[in-house]
Amino acid sequence: MLEQQLVNALTLGSVYALFSLGFTLVFGVLEVINLSHGAMFMAGSFAAMTVVTRFKAPLAVGILAAMLVSGLLGLAIDALILKRLRARHAPHLIPMIATIGATTVLTSAAQGLFGVEVQRFPDELLSTREFIFGSVHVRALELAIVGIAFLLMTALFLVLRHTRQGRALRAIAESPKAAALLGINVEGLFLATSFTAAALGGVAGLLIGLNFNSVTPLMGQPILHKGIAVVILGGMGDIRGALFGGLFLGFAEVLSKAYLSSQMGDAVAFGLLFLILLVRPAGLFGRVLERKA
Amino acid sequence: MNRATKHLLFAAATLLAVSAVAGDLKIGVAEALTGGAAQYGVPIRNGFQLAADEINAKGGINGNKLVLVVEDEQGKKEEAINVFKKLIFQDKVLMIFGPTLSNSMFAAGPVANAAKVVAFGTSNTANGISEMGPYIFRNSVMESDVLPVTVSTAVKHYKIKKVAVIYGNDDAFTKSGYDVFKKVLEDQKIPVTTTETYVKGDVDFKAQLTKIKATNPDAIICSGLAEEAATLMVQARGLGLKVPFIGGNGFNSPKLFEVSKTAGEGTFVGSPWANTNPTPANQHFVEAYRAKYGSEPNQFAAQAYDAMSIAAAALKTIKVTGNLANDREAVHGALPKVAISGATGPFKFRQSVGKDGKPAGYDADQKPFIYVIRDGKFVLFTGK
Repeated sequence: MLEQQLVNALTLGSVYALFSLGFTLVFGVLEVINLSHGAMFMAGSFAAMTVVTRFKAPLAVGILAAMLVSGLLGLAIDALILKRLRARHAPHLIPMIATIGATTVLTSAAQGLFGVEVQRFPDELLSTREFIFGSVHVRALELAIVGIAFLLMTALFLVLRHTRQGRALRAIAESPKAAALLGINVEGLFLATSFTAAALGGVAGLLIGLNFNSVTPLMGQPILHKGIAVVILGGMGDIRGALFGGLFLGFAEVLSKAYLSSQMGDAVAFGLLFLILLVRPAGLFGRVLERKA
Repeated sequence: MNRATKHLLFAAATLLAVSAVAGDLKIGVAEALTGGAAQYGVPIRNGFQLAADEINAKGGINGNKLVLVVEDEQGKKEEAINVFKKLIFQDKVLMIFGPTLSNSMFAAGPVANAAKVVAFGTSNTANGISEMGPYIFRNSVMESDVLPVTVSTAVKHYKIKKVAVIYGNDDAFTKSGYDVFKKVLEDQKIPVTTTETYVKGDVDFKAQLTKIKATNPDAIICSGLAEEAATLMVQARGLGLKVPFIGGNGFNSPKLFEVSKTAGEGTFVGSPWANTNPTPANQHFVEAYRAKYGSEPNQFAAQAYDAMSIAAAALKTIKVTGNLANDREAVHGALPKVAISGATGPFKFRQSVGKDGKPAGYDADQKPFIYVIRDGKFVLFTGK
């Protein structure tokens, strides 16, 4: 039973990590807790579903559609809402509340467009392939989620570390004003970040929607709460943190359900989160920010 | 005819038209039309609308037309209270249908009861709903009437010795279903290997299912909504867990198969409605619903459709005076006497007893149908 539970924990943790990547990226660069990330997640799922069911497109096109639609929505939210708030130097709480509003608009729009009922992907898309190792069962899709979570995390990490744009982003994360003085196109990179983060959210939504074969306008909400915990645990804005935070939450939840009681899953996971934050207030990978004055 | 007379005539005609409308019978409909519970609320609203349109097309009730005042309670307790207050005090309806979820009825029911207005639930199956007061009605068959039959039928069929249980513990409906299952299993002396829980919105049940698999049960008893149940089934099969499921009322949705496909084979479910029930009343309902909405009706639509017929039967026996308090009381007095045979079969009310020992509201007195899932469809179980 233990081996199966460890695999269960790895897949659940990867789901959380995948969702949290874009979420933490936006925080790291824009210093905005973008609560519309759950809506990006949902939009990606619906976009992919629409192209594969209406236009009979292959899944690869579905993935592109998810990235594009979610990315453009993220871009629109940045350009229409966050940019204006940045220009007015609105305090942190304001963009956070504004993104709640954006979420409400998007979920209501999805309910209007697609209806309130759960939507399904067509059968032929769903790989029912499964691998059995001894007593452990894993589906191909679950392996793909684990693989893609690690792959995207590594790619994002390398881009931030070793490319010009990555260095520019890190400079902005340090101080947008200083970055602007150095001639970095701060607004342009903010928009690019919002696009990338939302596109990552869209892909996460598609994969998770496929895995559980359930796409609804409200699908982003429960995972958003877990995502917030993951980002705080990993260290706000840290890419490695999103992965380890996600895996940590997955393992804590599954193992406490397995060996304590299924009522205790969230209690143990969030209790541990609290304890870790007592010891490391900035999260696993976060640095304690010094006053920028 | 000069202009002034024309105006006068027009005014008189308008007045006449208005007074004709005054004979309308206003019925409040408070259901979850958006949000997660909308998958139940929307078919329910459709069921009401279908029945009301049919009644109006046949000339209404004693010459009066049924007018539905439809409000969205979003499946939320707070919103259900707001909507109930609006329907009672602002729209001045005769009675209210809804709300969709038991949770919401527990919140909004007392508002109607205090205002002496009938609140008629068509989808609330939790225990204790009708105990809230004499103005609370429901035609939804309670879990405690259905589940003992479901369990004993499945136990006999599969020769079940021990079962595992899983349920959603943060929802009045699934928790109440679990309480009934627990009592049924005690009464029928069936040992439980393990009891697992999950919360609303969970999509990954593999930790609980892996644990269940290790305890080696003969069947899994599940009190959950169709969406969760379907995911549970798929994940159970994915883990190599092959025993049959036994479900509560939440399983009663065609949605179950959209995800579970064939993962739910052999599942036993009890239901107050059978879409294949060949009675003329049911066949008429199924065809009329399909024609009007272009989709398959479900149990919730059938119960709403019947509920409107029950209300119409009660309204037929009373004389509407225009005095709102008296008319509302007349509806309350007439409803319990109604007995009809509708889409869900023969129906009558049974008065329940409140917590204080006094007679309270009214529950459904109806027999359940037992289904087994075969080839991804509900098939009426006939003993084979």
